[in-house]
Amino acid sequence: MTKKIFCGFVISCLVFAFILATAGLVSAEEKPNVFGLLLVGPYNDHGWSQAHYEGGKYVEKMMPGSKMIYIDKVNPADRQGVTIPQLVDDMVEKGATLIIANSDDMKDGTREAAAMHPDVHFIHISGDDVLTGKAPKNLSNLMGRMEYGKMMAGFAAALTTQNGKIGYLGPLINEETRRLAACAYLGAKYAWENVLKKDPKQLKFQVTWIGFWFNIPGVTADPTQVAQNFFNTGYDVVISGIDTTEAVVVAKQKKQEGKAVWAIPYDYIGACEGADDVCLGVPYFNWGPGYVDFVKAAFSGKWQSKWVWLGPDWKDINNPDTSTIGFTAGPALSATAQKHLASFINDLGSKKINLFKGPLNYQDGSPFVKAGQTASDKKVWYMGQLLEGMEGASSAK
Amino acid sequence: MNRFEYLTRHSRHVLVTVAAVFFFTSLVLIIAGAPPLAAYYHIFKGSLGSWIKFSHVIKSWIPLTLCACGLLFTFRIGLWNIGIEGQVMIGAVFSTAILRLGLESQMPSIIILGSIIAGLVGGALWALIAGFLKTKGGVNEIFAGLGLNFVAQGVILWLVFGPWKRPGVASMSGTEVFPPALWLSQVASIRLSLPALAIVCIALILTALLLRYTKIGLHLKAIGNNPSAAYLFGLKPARNMVLAMIFAGGFAGVAGSLQVSGVYHRLLPAISSNYGYLALLVAMLSNYNIWLVPWVALFFACLNVGSIQLPMALQLDSSLSGVIQGALVLATLGIHGWRRRRAEVRGQKTEDGGHMIGGREQKTEDR
Repeated sequence: MTKKIFCGFVISCLVFAFILATAGLVSAEEKPNVFGLLLVGPYNDHGWSQAHYEGGKYVEKMMPGSKMIYIDKVNPADRQGVTIPQLVDDMVEKGATLIIANSDDMKDGTREAAAMHPDVHFIHISGDDVLTGKAPKNLSNLMGRMEYGKMMAGFAAALTTQNGKIGYLGPLINEETRRLAACAYLGAKYAWENVLKKDPKQLKFQVTWIGFWFNIPGVTADPTQVAQNFFNTGYDVVISGIDTTEAVVVAKQKKQEGKAVWAIPYDYIGACEGADDVCLGVPYFNWGPGYVDFVKAAFSGKWQSKWVWLGPDWKDINNPDTSTIGFTAGPALSATAQKHLASFINDLGSKKINLFKGPLNYQDGSPFVKAGQTASDKKVWYMGQLLEGMEGASSAK
Repeated sequence: MNRFEYLTRHSRHVLVTVAAVFFFTSLVLIIAGAPPLAAYYHIFKGSLGSWIKFSHVIKSWIPLTLCACGLLFTFRIGLWNIGIEGQVMIGAVFSTAILRLGLESQMPSIIILGSIIAGLVGGALWALIAGFLKTKGGVNEIFAGLGLNFVAQGVILWLVFGPWKRPGVASMSGTEVFPPALWLSQVASIRLSLPALAIVCIALILTALLLRYTKIGLHLKAIGNNPSAAYLFGLKPARNMVLAMIFAGGFAGVAGSLQVSGVYHRLLPAISSNYGYLALLVAMLSNYNIWLVPWVALFFACLNVGSIQLPMALQLDSSLSGVIQGALVLATLGIHGWRRRRAEVRGQKTEDGGHMIGGREQKTEDR
């Protein structure tokens, strides 16, 4: 028996050695320009991570000779014990010279990895390490001005709601999520006051946070339950701020039960798919163009550490080659509302409407932007609280 | 049975288990339409393919081995310390508390040392609760442990979203990262932390010595083999059970502490990374033998680190690595059950093997 097992062991060792040897031959071929993508959620989540994955595919298409390697579900709940520096080490061994980390959650790990690999370039999406001066020279930040997308979402929601109750399904609380929720509210308030000519006091805008970018059973609040709760308590439009599609899924169920409800997903251009009768549209990211700029700079040696906040291309916000932010109106949005939305987008682009113009107050009544002033980029980025008129927590209790 | 025979017999068990694991995982891979050989190759290369990869394996091996060492004490006395996961977490919490106190300190190494000791104390205290529940309250340690794991997770979530939150932020990403001065030192080029490695070696040797050559080890074993008889001999089962729990919790707490200062450099809800639960498998698979523990732990650590290659290199859906790990657990438990049955049969027939007490095979190597 022991002898047999020993023989088996020796044979399997030989097999391994053979595989190793042949693999070595294969990898000796010419090497493409490799960039690595770390995705916080599944690459096919119909949300945040899929938008990034498609962005990577876009780079491969636009830059022949470039090759993406990616790993998804990079979060401590799905991949217990796996750290960002560990994944970066692996991608660098596989030849990556540029790493894109797509989540706020990867901020610390990305900075640590960037310090360990000074020759590799890093893009941390949605971060502000360059602004705060914590970033080493090989680290840049990239984000899209989703503020405008959220304004459009809020605008569409306000024109659709029948009782003026809008729910916002929020992820965790930080500067980014606060300002995005606030912008949805600003868009809704604008439509409510200026298109519908109603009293803003009658508009109810409730933000409920789940605690992370997507559902982690036992750790976060369950977004499905939060969405159900919204619809069961009279909110008829739910705007999603999380990475995944629970809001539309639940809205669809409620619609089938005979309720007049709608939802607005987030992040990914195809997020409305299969929910035509409830989806009012989706504000989405189009990471391709922003990625290409950075990847080109990295591969041509013209890298600069910078903080980039790319806006929509106002000439055509849905142009896949130029606009980082887009909004596609969904089939459930009425024709009149679509018309109003189109002119709202026009006015935002021509600067006729600026929703960051004061006076704007924080939730506790203290001034955010004074009358006659307009909030600067930095002021918007670091919005410290939700705005007056919104309900929900501004920070952790 | 002499030592050599014992080791070969048990390495045979390990080999059989490993073969079963390969069989099950191959089955899963084939069903999923993936080439099993390529998958194993990538797992192998992804864990032992380079020094840096190996040191990531070691990073995962460290908490696993520490927890498994601790579990040897509780298994020895016949306790199923499922609460080890929570003991890792509370160790991490205590450790974080000390590191937070020492943010401005001029002597970071003292603070780090203090944090490791705090982790040890924290884990031990948490285990003490389960120990007292068992001995004073008559609560089965499995249920007490599971309950305490949930409580420990709750404590971390509360701290991360509450008192220890980052300013203005409420996210399960964890607390603010500690300044690099408070990180456990590591050799940067190979990502290896020598102090952590030293701690594990000390833990291994200490466990071996305590279990084998001291009165404590003897008492634990005597009580584990036959609590009533031990009581008649004047040993105190309750006291020794609590003692075993303290040892297990202490080791687990140190593991939690190293996760904070050596790996994540902050406290986050997933700080224990399931190492406690995994260590239960390590301890069982190594047949509660201290000298097999590091090797079995190494195997699990390789799998942990290497399986990340499946989605990356083979574009396998990432949930598949979860399925493979599940198959691994099933195979391990299946073989464990089979071995137990065999031992039972052999025990009845010849009485030369181990005694069966509490449904668990007792060790025969150091009689």
